[in-house]
Amino acid sequence: MSLAKRIIPCLDVADGRVVKGVQFESLRDAGDPVEAARRYNLEGADELTFLDISASHEGRETLLHMVERVAEEVFIPLTVGGGIRAMGDVRRLLNAGADKVSINTAAVHNPDLIKEIADSVGAQCLVVAIDARRVSADGVPLRWEIFTHGGRKPTGLDAVEWAQRMARYGAGELLVTSMDRDGTKQGFDLDLTRAIADSVPVPVIASGGVGTLDDLTAGILQGHADAVLAASIFHFGTYRIAEAKANMAAAGIEVRR
Amino acid sequence: MAGSIAIVDYGMGNLRSVAKAIEHVAPLGTQVLITDKAHEILNADRVVFPGQGAAADCMAALKARELIDPLAEAAKTRPFLGICMGMQVMLDHSEENDGVHLLGWFKGAVRRFPLGVDANGLALKIPQMGWNQIKQIKPHPLWQGVADLSRFYFVHSYYCAPEDESLRVGTTDYGICYVSALAQGSVFALQSHPEKSADDGLLLLKNFTRWDGRPD
Repeated sequence: MSLAKRIIPCLDVADGRVVKGVQFESLRDAGDPVEAARRYNLEGADELTFLDISASHEGRETLLHMVERVAEEVFIPLTVGGGIRAMGDVRRLLNAGADKVSINTAAVHNPDLIKEIADSVGAQCLVVAIDARRVSADGVPLRWEIFTHGGRKPTGLDAVEWAQRMARYGAGELLVTSMDRDGTKQGFDLDLTRAIADSVPVPVIASGGVGTLDDLTAGILQGHADAVLAASIFHFGTYRIAEAKANMAAAGIEVRR
Repeated sequence: MAGSIAIVDYGMGNLRSVAKAIEHVAPLGTQVLITDKAHEILNADRVVFPGQGAAADCMAALKARELIDPLAEAAKTRPFLGICMGMQVMLDHSEENDGVHLLGWFKGAVRRFPLGVDANGLALKIPQMGWNQIKQIKPHPLWQGVADLSRFYFVHSYYCAPEDESLRVGTTDYGICYVSALAQGSVFALQSHPEKSADDGLLLLKNFTRWDGRPD
């Protein structure tokens, strides 16, 4: 009897619609976030993450309505990230029904925002997303740095030190994405996941690069992650959440079924 | 007879999820009201007392809204459900914020999780965040249909240690075995979030919306 490791499908949304389509045969409208969320809930997803990639102000308003609609029908934790810049954004999302917000670039530009959010709404609502790339040459100790702008812009910040700082500032959880692996289907950067998971007291979600069920299992067993996040392998029906959990359970990992 | 359910709003956390989950499972026609007014709480047939955040802030918010006595009155006289911080503040005292006096309805303390390791020898993370099991150590009407050892969603760094063993209706393991659900009379309280615990959580809430407040 113990805490289960979590599987979290991540949905990209723009203007309140799921983009990069969710391809379930049973869905009437693959772009409807409520239908996608309901489906993942039925399949046994432990949480859901929505990443808003809307560029416009109108898109963000639509996002709030989307969060309201999902939260009225799906009773598992919802995290929303993307474009959150200020305390007001956080409050609006939480009031709409998000349980957690995920902050990325804004934390890099203004680390004190993390303190402010943790102080006013609590660490339990606050995920700090860390996008990192490997910067060490072969043969020297591994090192990763924080990158912004979808992994294009280096910041010079050491990823492990940054993770420790964010945990100290009040992040309740860290979402660690390898920008080297993101979209490659080559598996998580397990060294990165483990380096951070072993050095912070808060839970770590591994992200970036999942191609197979064994990648998810490795994120837990070798990466020491508390949760694993994936998008495309679930959206395109390559694997079901239940298959991922069965694979993890067979490897001795405690999961919720 | 659908009745009414008051959800106590004292500025500590988002109550929308709780309200939506209750509306989802309550008998048709039930009035669900989010309120910080004593008379509305005392007029309701059932009361839900949620909460998240820091213990000191919660107590300050309850005092500022003059809810301490009305809540005690409501808890004695109708079905009353505490969730998360709403459970913790029912005890005497918390270690959080260098020590906080709580409502003191039940003897006992709220303590921080000790440092511990999981089955693989890795340090346990704090907060505990995710789905853990509740062992039903005593029958209760709110467990009806909820399988023993069902998983609920937890997010917390502190846990309740009530002294009176007869209060304990559910326990959970996280490095230590702690009381994750307690009940006495018309009060039931749990550390996890039933409003975020999928079908099992909804079932527990549904049971609450039909509970007459008797412990058996």
